[in-house]
Amino acid sequence: MADLSFLSSGPGVPDAVLDRFLASAEPDVAVGTVDAPFGRVWVAVTARGLARVAFAEDVYDELARRLSPRVLDVPGRTDAVRRQLDEFFAGSRQAFDLELDESLVRAGFQRKVLDAAATIPYGAARTYGEVAEAAGSPRAVRAVGSALGANPLCIVVPCHRVIRAGGGLGGYAGGLPAKRWLLDREADSRTLPAPTDA
Amino acid sequence: MSPPPFQTFFAEHRDAVWRLLVATVGPQDAEDCFQETWLAALRAWPPRDTTNLKGWLYAVARNKATDEHRARARRPLAHADPPETSTVGAADPEPGLWADVGRLPEKQRTAVLHRFVADLAYDEIGAVMGTSPEAARRNVHEGVTRLRQTWQTSRS
Repeated sequence: MADLSFLSSGPGVPDAVLDRFLASAEPDVAVGTVDAPFGRVWVAVTARGLARVAFAEDVYDELARRLSPRVLDVPGRTDAVRRQLDEFFAGSRQAFDLELDESLVRAGFQRKVLDAAATIPYGAARTYGEVAEAAGSPRAVRAVGSALGANPLCIVVPCHRVIRAGGGLGGYAGGLPAKRWLLDREADSRTLPAPTDA
Repeated sequence: MSPPPFQTFFAEHRDAVWRLLVATVGPQDAEDCFQETWLAALRAWPPRDTTNLKGWLYAVARNKATDEHRARARRPLAHADPPETSTVGAADPEPGLWADVGRLPEKQRTAVLHRFVADLAYDEIGAVMGTSPEAARRNVHEGVTRLRQTWQTSRS
């Protein structure tokens, strides 16, 4: 009995051929990943800049739905972002120097909340109540939590620096261990002199 | 139905498309065809009819393979550029079996490749080849029958 299985198996596309395609491909959204000490981070970049920092693989569906279905893993297009995140995790970088694409930030309340979070310095923290006040809605503490939880630019827009008044961590899209790790990282780095621009 | 992310579609089909192109135009020309196929697919993504994405993809691949074939036919034999080194690695583990497939008449070869390498249904194969699903099924059946006869003969 003839075995046709050889037809549906065999070597896949060689890396060199794949790389050649990725070098010419022009997706609307290019995705890369960073293996942070607390888990994998996905970053998505458009022609305008960094559009998304996410902690889960369902980011592709979200990007296809909200930005463009022409999304493709092209690590080379995300080199600058990934390098800065690596430096941030290593403690050798405290501020990001990146073009941002804020298409995924919702206008109105979320914008105000994220703008307030963006003012929190490295190594510092604010409470949800303080951010609510800064966003012009002092009583909307729960809504602040939701707005921060939906931050499309995690880590870069530092929603991890917002904690509960009693000292509890609160919530975090990347999970509380990640939030704890980031806050500890910043606290450790604060005891050292800030790195000078090379 | 929301179109899937291109990345998901690419990851799912890129290896089978590669194997089909290698079987159709050979490993050297497959490199260019692979590029052309996927660049075209990305530019056109998503197609209007999202119910037959696989069929659409293999129609694109077939067009590119045909274009490549026509272009090669037009090139002068004394080509100025040195032949590109193929980046395809180790020899195929089943060169004899692939060669037998390569010797099938064109319609049977195409149908067999699209059925077993690309895993298309008969109506999808028909759409790619421009025939009815019944004709596609016949071509697959005839191709498989001929392969079995060849293997039986080579063993006797």
